[in-house]
Amino acid sequence: MKTAVIVFPGSNCDRDAQVALAEATGKAPAMVWHKDGTIPDDTDLVMIPGGFSYGDYLRCGAMAANSPVIAQLHAHAERGGYVLGVCNGFQILAETGLLPGALVRNASLNFVCKPQALKVESANTAFTSAYAGKEEVTIPIAHHDGNYMADEATLDTLEGEGRVAFRYADNPNGSARDIAGVLSENGRVLGMMPHPERAIGGHEGGTDGLGLFESLVGAVCGCIG
Amino acid sequence: MKAIVHIGLKPGVLDPQGKAVADTLGRMGYSEVEAARIGKTIELDLDDGLSTGDAETRVKEMCEKLLANTVIESYRFEISGA
Repeated sequence: MKTAVIVFPGSNCDRDAQVALAEATGKAPAMVWHKDGTIPDDTDLVMIPGGFSYGDYLRCGAMAANSPVIAQLHAHAERGGYVLGVCNGFQILAETGLLPGALVRNASLNFVCKPQALKVESANTAFTSAYAGKEEVTIPIAHHDGNYMADEATLDTLEGEGRVAFRYADNPNGSARDIAGVLSENGRVLGMMPHPERAIGGHEGGTDGLGLFESLVGAVCGCIG
Repeated sequence: MKAIVHIGLKPGVLDPQGKAVADTLGRMGYSEVEAARIGKTIELDLDDGLSTGDAETRVKEMCEKLLANTVIESYRFEISGA
């Protein structure tokens, strides 16, 4: 399985993403600089890491969503490639239109940084199959703008089509319908505020993030789940 | 030539910053303040050679593509100095 991580100025979880992908797939991901980098042709999964791309100027993710590499990201998604956007990566995916809705300032106005209990809405997705039989997982969150918003019709569609991957067990940011992660129509693009790459059993504590990467390996190689 | 772009949150989108400002103004004695909404203004200096019509088309495009996120924000702009 081949993976790539897009790096923007201000990305700060790119190294964690690199480590998590290398551990899960046994192969180091291609690190792709947003400006002149190339997503290798046979990439299975592109990860957009967390951080503060372009210093969150204008709106979180707005500038990154108009970076040169984004045309390649669209092409990758259009041919059915997997995309995982975490935190700022989720904000960027929403800004590119690859995922519906938008992430706005936390309702509390506070930056929240803590282990977060999440309900796995369905283990029937490429990103969550390894969570089968597990209703709740704990994955860290760390964000200021994680309040997911979309119009009611969009929210109904997301729920109706089983495209809510994770919900907060106790909503930390005001997100509509407690949504913590959403999938694209074809189920191959996931945006989520929690950081699975920060819970893979290392010094950071917690292992619940591993399942997400294992699920993806399974989906691509057919070796798990 | 200048374009002044005003961007604000759409009605119904929660504005916690605006609420904090309104609450603080109320505490300061400005009890007439019922609500506050926070937006942003972007001033663009444009090439003077552009016609007003072209400027309007281009700035609208800029708003749609980058300056505003129309899922949550609305925008309006004025062109001056043509």
